[in-house]
Amino acid sequence: MTSSLSYWQRWRIDHAAQLEDLRRGLFRFSRNRLSLIGLFIVVTMLIIAITSPWWVPYPEDATGRVNMANRLQPPSSAHFFGTDDAGRDIFTRTVLATRTSFQVGAIILIVAISIGVTLGAVAGYAGGVTNQIIMRLTDVMLTFPGIFLPMALASALGRGMVPAMLALSITWWPGYCRLVEAQVLKVREEDFVLGARAIGASRMRVIFRHILPNILTAIIVKASMDFGFAVLALASLGFIGIGIQPPEPDWGSMIALGRRFMPNAWWISTFPGLFMFVMVLGFNLLGDGLRDLLDPGATAK
Amino acid sequence: MVRYLVNRILWIPVVLLLLSLITFVISRMVPGDPVKLAAGPQARPEQIQRLTEEFGLDRPLPEQYLRYMGGLLQGSWGYSISNRREVLPDLLTYFSATLELTLVATLLGLAIGIPLAIVAARWRDLWPDHLSRFISIGAVSVPVFWIAIILQLIFGQTLHWLPVSGRFDPRQTYPTTITGLLLLDTLLVGNWQGFITALRYILLPAFCQSLLVIALITRQLRGDLLDMLRKDFVMVARANGIKERIIWTRYLLKNALIATVSMLGFLIGFALGGSVLIEFVFDWPGVGQYATKAALLLDFQVIMGATLFIGVVVVLVNLITDILYRFVDPRIRFS
Repeated sequence: MTSSLSYWQRWRIDHAAQLEDLRRGLFRFSRNRLSLIGLFIVVTMLIIAITSPWWVPYPEDATGRVNMANRLQPPSSAHFFGTDDAGRDIFTRTVLATRTSFQVGAIILIVAISIGVTLGAVAGYAGGVTNQIIMRLTDVMLTFPGIFLPMALASALGRGMVPAMLALSITWWPGYCRLVEAQVLKVREEDFVLGARAIGASRMRVIFRHILPNILTAIIVKASMDFGFAVLALASLGFIGIGIQPPEPDWGSMIALGRRFMPNAWWISTFPGLFMFVMVLGFNLLGDGLRDLLDPGATAK
Repeated sequence: MVRYLVNRILWIPVVLLLLSLITFVISRMVPGDPVKLAAGPQARPEQIQRLTEEFGLDRPLPEQYLRYMGGLLQGSWGYSISNRREVLPDLLTYFSATLELTLVATLLGLAIGIPLAIVAARWRDLWPDHLSRFISIGAVSVPVFWIAIILQLIFGQTLHWLPVSGRFDPRQTYPTTITGLLLLDTLLVGNWQGFITALRYILLPAFCQSLLVIALITRQLRGDLLDMLRKDFVMVARANGIKERIIWTRYLLKNALIATVSMLGFLIGFALGGSVLIEFVFDWPGVGQYATKAALLLDFQVIMGATLFIGVVVVLVNLITDILYRFVDPRIRFS
């Protein structure tokens, strides 16, 4: 009987199909050089974000320190990326901004996914008027292109990191809501859901135990693609001047600062932007590969 | 057809109502006092009081919303708190610049993106495909305000090939307004020098704005083309010995263009979204720049107006695309 098998062995037998899918997916993923580059960039950036406070050359430059003697120095061995108008080391500030970006990006996505998944699951499962109301609101939120809506909201909430974060979280959920609603509609008439309902599982149980695990893949794929975009959006607000405020390090506000010293002190804008580009590129390459890996139907054409 | 149109158009007021509600709610979340900011630091309390009353900020929120809606319906979109000008006429003036930039960016994006998609699908999983994938992922990953500054640095400040800010050379006579689109206005009167000037000014911002369009169209169209390749008509054509080149030029490209038309609204919407930061960097006198400047001044009437305006434009663009798509592809039923 099965009792002779360990829990792990039983789990492997129960999930044999999924494991096979995963194995094939990993194979495809490892064959795709661009995805591997993405994975490498993301892991490197994550390590930088976690460890940077211990090794950046001038940690005090992330605060309001001013060192006029070192003003506007071009890149050199002492300052890899040069210094800004207050003599602060741009390399230090660029690297430390990675940390903030990861934290804020994660918070934005967690909040947005929580709201979006809840509303989407409710809309998809309840149907009828509830569905109409939620989905109409979602459609309309998605009508506003680009950062118009977050910008309006952020400027209403005031300047700084928290308002920018709030503004982006509140405007980011509609994508997830639409995704989850579509998936729930697809899954809810499947036999396993009908079976669960027939034996009297509560609505909550059906949604959380039977429907959500089946659409988790789609959510993860979207989130991995979205992380880079959340970082970009945050920097965009910083660039306009309504996001993270100096002296707190932020790629957007650093690039904005550099604009004032173009073309002579070109390094102030160039390096933070290049760094951010590499990070976002990493997430997008990884997300693109993950989509092939976790959602073979989408590209196995 | 008529029924479809009526249905679509009946939905529009509902959508517009929701759009206005969202922008209204957002703009009234302002914690800092916008009136105080507009009146200046030396304003006396009674001045602030008077301004507050003038803008109706002392009334209950539902009443403020009804008044705002009433104003919208009568074509009065409120006054800017910072410069006391009416919002709607300003928006309309700025919009011609945004429209021109967005149209040129979309065309440029199609001109670059469609060939990239075709090449990627034609040589699937070979180096052209990888390259086009890298370009499209790179194009969405690059911070658009950064690449804008870098291009300004290279082509403007270093090489001096292209101007980096504004829409037209202030030393030349500004073209007479006919459509509000400078490229068209100068062409219509045969003003070649003006046309070249306008083109030089629009090139860099339009390229930056087209990046997103390039990325979206390349990915989507490549997928569509690969889908089509597996369709029966391609198999039949191949079985009949029709040359691969003819299959691509006669069969697939026609369908690809239909697929592109279906995406047009979506693409223009995205391009419009990109206008905020690009107009800000290139000092392009459009709605995006108007909105960013207002955002910095907490001028909520303007932010609300601009956001609502862009929302309305996107709704209309989507409607037009849907109708156009159904004309181009008669297989789509008007349901």
